[in-house]
Amino acid sequence: MRRLWNDRRGAAGLVVVGLAAFVALAAPYITSGAPTADVLTAQLLAPGTVDRRGAFHLLGTDALGRDVWTRLAYGARVSVTVSVLATLLSLIVGVLVGATAARARGWMRATLVGLTDFALAVPRVVLLLLLAALWEPSAGLVVLVLGATGWMPVARLVYAEVRSLGQRPFVEGAVALGATPERVLWRHILANAWTPVIVAAALGLGNTMLLEAGLSFLGLGVQPPAPSWGNMIASGRDAIDAPWIVMAPGAALVLVATGCALLGDALRDALEPRQRHARVGSS
Amino acid sequence: MWRALWQRTLAGAAVVLGVVTLTFLLLHLAPGDPATRLLGPRATADAVTAERHALELDRPLGTQYAHWLAQFVVGHWGTSIATGRPVRDILARAWPATVRLVGLSLLLSYLAGLLIGVVQAARHGSWIDTGLSLASVTLAALPGYWLGLMLVLGFSYHARALPAFGAAGLDWDLLRGWPRAVDELRHLVLPLVTLTLVGAGGAARYARGALLDVAAQPFVLTARAKGLGPARVWWRHALPNALGPVLTMLGLSLPALFSGAVFVEAVFAWPGVGGVLVTAVESRDYPVVMAATAVSAVLVVTGNWLADVAAAWADPRLREASPA
Repeated sequence: MRRLWNDRRGAAGLVVVGLAAFVALAAPYITSGAPTADVLTAQLLAPGTVDRRGAFHLLGTDALGRDVWTRLAYGARVSVTVSVLATLLSLIVGVLVGATAARARGWMRATLVGLTDFALAVPRVVLLLLLAALWEPSAGLVVLVLGATGWMPVARLVYAEVRSLGQRPFVEGAVALGATPERVLWRHILANAWTPVIVAAALGLGNTMLLEAGLSFLGLGVQPPAPSWGNMIASGRDAIDAPWIVMAPGAALVLVATGCALLGDALRDALEPRQRHARVGSS
Repeated sequence: MWRALWQRTLAGAAVVLGVVTLTFLLLHLAPGDPATRLLGPRATADAVTAERHALELDRPLGTQYAHWLAQFVVGHWGTSIATGRPVRDILARAWPATVRLVGLSLLLSYLAGLLIGVVQAARHGSWIDTGLSLASVTLAALPGYWLGLMLVLGFSYHARALPAFGAAGLDWDLLRGWPRAVDELRHLVLPLVTLTLVGAGGAARYARGALLDVAAQPFVLTARAKGLGPARVWWRHALPNALGPVLTMLGLSLPALFSGAVFVEAVFAWPGVGGVLVTAVESRDYPVVMAATAVSAVLVVTGNWLADVAAAWADPRLREASPA
């Protein structure tokens, strides 16, 4: 943790991600009014103006007179929750598939490895579009869809890690001591395989957030009037005279996604000193 | 090498078949079908049943799948349920636009990425390296559709310099020769710049890593010890050896780039496969969805295959290696 904080990238990433989490958690206390409250007299106000009722709008208002800052803060709740849950889901599936494939033999391994490679080669957005468009759009569906299409890189990492760790003396020692295969896998092998998984999760989180916003932007994710950064960008498209509606959620998105990537890079350097160079996280 | 390529070709064909089968299953498992979409919410149950029969949707799923596949392979792609136009016409118009956009942006983003990567690796640890690292991380984190909107705001709305949507102007039919080419180019600029900027970020990050890996190897030290200048060491010795992994990455990034193109096409109303797919999925236009998915899977798999060939060309060790 100390090494992470001393790395400027790590510090910047932690601050940005922490800020997003704080805004999401504290949304009702740092904003005034509901994110879906339309005010007919306060439409399309520029940032920093005071409307007729005396309310101050730090980031302006949108075409329905809703406060952009309030929607941004409540949208952070949706964006952060959905992408964290989706990343967790892809981690769980990825670890299960990867570990099972590495410990299995014969056709089971071949099937799981083949499945992973296949899923990795499918254009993700095609699957996303199909899954998201064919059922009723909702936040829960987005979590499922993003999780179901994002587990492959994790599975590959875990597969490689478990296989190489399985050859190490301390694992042989545990087997020789009479530990059951499950215990060896969970307590000895996976306990040592977390490092690359954590790094992949940090790098994947930003990506997931971008995709979640993308789905909401296409109208396949979180449905209006509930705010999400993606559907805020979509709603600001038609009001080109009021660019702040599009700018605020987009800038927030870029900031948080960059923060996640920096955090991931710094985590890797702190946890895996042998691999110092940047490797691109898979999308 | 030929055996390895042949195996990759077979694997690619399996991926396309898998994608198509998965799409078929998902389409038919999902609630709602083209008959109800076509007739609207007020249609009687009898009318829906009749329409389903007319569209041959009441036959067993296995039969429908076998029928579709057999027809598709010989080139009978059917007609769109929503518009009545032949599916092949729709896609014949759409896929060149997507290939133009994705292909060019792939080329440009990797050229830019390699250039940035070389500069960063050569100045490893300096403030230039740090600055460019931050820039490439930020570029890679930009949502394409948002960047696109921002560019439209700047260049179309404020500067009024470039068109904001479509692949050609309204008077495209009337133009000939140079004006026509200029018109197409002007429409291409914003979507291309959007995709290229986002792609260059990822490419630069990867190129930097690959170059630094290579730079740590003994032959680079030898080249330096011989007294070669830094430019010659980086461009002639390090870069060609880092090209293999970068080309492989290029192939692997193709699905992601195609995904990005779907969003960017939506922003710029670019008449490509992505747009066709989005509308077809919404209207449950089975024949169009199936064909568009198949075409995009073929495009991605072919791109991957080409990247593998290029990687083998760039690295003689891969050329001679027996397939693992």
